[in-house]
Amino acid sequence: MDLFIDIITGLCFFIGSLSIIIGACGLIKLPDVFSRIHAAGMIDTGGTAFFLLGMILQTGWSLITVKLILIGVFIFFTSPVTSHVTANLARKKNLMPVGKKIGKLL
Amino acid sequence: MKSISLFVILLGLWLLMSGHYSFLITSLGVLSCAFCVYVARRAKLIDKEGLPLFFFPRLFNYLIWLFKEIFISNLNTAKVIISGKIEPETFTVKASQSTDVAKVTYANSITLTPGTVTTKIKDNMFEVHALNSDFGNDVRSNVMDKKVKWLEGDQ
Repeated sequence: MDLFIDIITGLCFFIGSLSIIIGACGLIKLPDVFSRIHAAGMIDTGGTAFFLLGMILQTGWSLITVKLILIGVFIFFTSPVTSHVTANLARKKNLMPVGKKIGKLL
Repeated sequence: MKSISLFVILLGLWLLMSGHYSFLITSLGVLSCAFCVYVARRAKLIDKEGLPLFFFPRLFNYLIWLFKEIFISNLNTAKVIISGKIEPETFTVKASQSTDVAKVTYANSITLTPGTVTTKIKDNMFEVHALNSDFGNDVRSNVMDKKVKWLEGDQ
């Protein structure tokens, strides 16, 4: 059973680090601020979620599990706010995103 | 009523975070939670927005659905980044929620799913930036809008 949990944990860490690496590549590769925020969002959600899941599997049921879940909850609430603030500031400075615009923008 | 529920939430958080349960330390924790509730009441922070209790009955179902969406769009974003086929598009959508908290929840949910970001909010119109027309169609189909409307309930 221990071996089974260890394998699952390793798999979680692998997927988490894979999504962080892909997100980091996206941060460099994508063309403008708005597209790069998507890559950062991928690191925020996919990366941290899988790492926390792996750590939760390792700790079992204890107070540390609750603290790990709370870390996840706080990241879950704060990361979209920072993404939105970055995007909103870029729009306030009249930076237009590349690509097509559908309809009249605000 | 709202003050009591805030006190219970704070106390639960305190008990989970501390891990020490001797009489002195626990009573100090209870005192500090009561003081926090007193300060929040004085600053008039306890209202519908500060403590959106009407979310709680349906929150669990919504979160499961949101996690599924986040997972799927994570995969799609990874595919788009690796293949390099990006056609960014910007458009506006209408939010049908009535309370501000629900609108914020909707905008946060859009931002939280990778591939779509809310860039601007004015009254009940959101300006959304999507990495690809597939992500754009997901938001324009208003599935998430209806889910958040359902989460909000009758307000």
